[in-house]
Amino acid sequence: MNWIAENIGLIGSLSLEHLRQSLIAILVGFLLSIPLGWVAWRYRLVRGPVVTLTGLLYTIPSLALLMILPVLTGMSAISEANLIVALTLYAVAIMVRGVVDGLDSVDPAARSAATALGYGSARRFFAVDLPLAGPVILAGLRVTAVSSISLATVGILVGVTNLGYLFTNGLQRRIIEEVFAGILAVALIALAVDLLLILIGRWLMPWTRDPKKSQQAVKHATRQQVS
Amino acid sequence: MDLINKAIQWLLAPAQWEGSGGLQTLLGQHLLFTVVTVAIAGLIAIPAGWAIGHTGKGREIAVGAAGIARAVPSFGLLILLVLIFGVLHKPEAAVLTFVLLAIPSLLAGAYTGFEAIDRKTIDAARAMGMTEWQILFKVEIPLGLPLLVGGIRSAVLQVVATVTIAAYVNLGGLGLPIITGLNLRRFDMVLGGALMVAVLALLLDVIFALAQKLAVPAGVGGVKKKMPGKVALANEADKDTNKSPGYLKSNEKEMS
Repeated sequence: MNWIAENIGLIGSLSLEHLRQSLIAILVGFLLSIPLGWVAWRYRLVRGPVVTLTGLLYTIPSLALLMILPVLTGMSAISEANLIVALTLYAVAIMVRGVVDGLDSVDPAARSAATALGYGSARRFFAVDLPLAGPVILAGLRVTAVSSISLATVGILVGVTNLGYLFTNGLQRRIIEEVFAGILAVALIALAVDLLLILIGRWLMPWTRDPKKSQQAVKHATRQQVS
Repeated sequence: MDLINKAIQWLLAPAQWEGSGGLQTLLGQHLLFTVVTVAIAGLIAIPAGWAIGHTGKGREIAVGAAGIARAVPSFGLLILLVLIFGVLHKPEAAVLTFVLLAIPSLLAGAYTGFEAIDRKTIDAARAMGMTEWQILFKVEIPLGLPLLVGGIRSAVLQVVATVTIAAYVNLGGLGLPIITGLNLRRFDMVLGGALMVAVLALLLDVIFALAQKLAVPAGVGGVKKKMPGKVALANEADKDTNKSPGYLKSNEKEMS
């Protein structure tokens, strides 16, 4: 544990870098998934292609994507933007399906009731559909957040510095503690962000505080993992 | 786009397919790692998942463990295990890393497969006097098979993607041209390797998608053909209440 104590400053600054890179990707991915998921849910014709395409995207190995992306976009492979774009794409790949499933899970009676009360389609979407789809979308967001934070470490292989540095550097210098510290830091950040998302979810969606309903969301999260 | 042409030229050059370091050897290593690790993980996770699905106990533990496992970066775990096991036991370290990676998907595939079965079917089997073992082997395992194959599919894809980083600790596989190319600044080589892994992953995904369709037991799929009207009605009713992801949906429909 000596190594960790002596290098706590390094671990801290790498953690901040890591957190910044992954949070941008998670946030942008989330913001892109809502409209994409809505389009796929609303128009049956595009649903198949959108869900299949985003699913295929997820099968491309990260190291491969980090190398293919620069060719398509013209960015430098070793730039931070490259890693963030790749993580964003994976985030979209996981979350679009979550948004579609979430909107599917809304009781059609609630939607009809809103229409009957005179809600326009935009207001109905933001005031009824989106909040009711919230628990399922949140489950997808949590999976995305945790896997993005853990996946970001691969960035060091193309030269983007983050907590992955502790892995490559630790291997070169044969310091087990350094690698261990890296894993611990990544896991702690991932679990902390996950916890934060749960708390935000409870704050924004007070009705999910009922344990029975939140169990449904958990069930969904594990199913999503299978797919 | 010029680089893509160069990468394809590199891939197709006969020199890449000769000798012991050729692409066919790397492909073989990649597939061997994948098959061995998914098989070992399956031997552990599938019986455990079936036990969870059949008894309904231990689900929360499995979900919690999967959440923690997802937070652990495989790349870091691989390096940590290589350092702990020592240079002579690198393959064992890699296999253990990938086994740990594959277990959560397989486990979830096994128990969600059982959970998706209509309870009435199981109650009917029990009412007919089937023993618990008969229910397990004659009802739950066959009906849960499509979702289990789905779990194997995602485990295989995760492992195929992650085996790419094994090259970083000199274990070969299709990540080798990517890592070597990066060091040499030979981007045609990097992209060639990347394309090959991506194509392999997509091919495996297609194969498992087909396997998933084939895994639906004959009697269950047959209902659709015999009574198209009834099933279509049932599907309509299902549509809005069904909360599972797209591909699960098709399986569940065929089961209902």
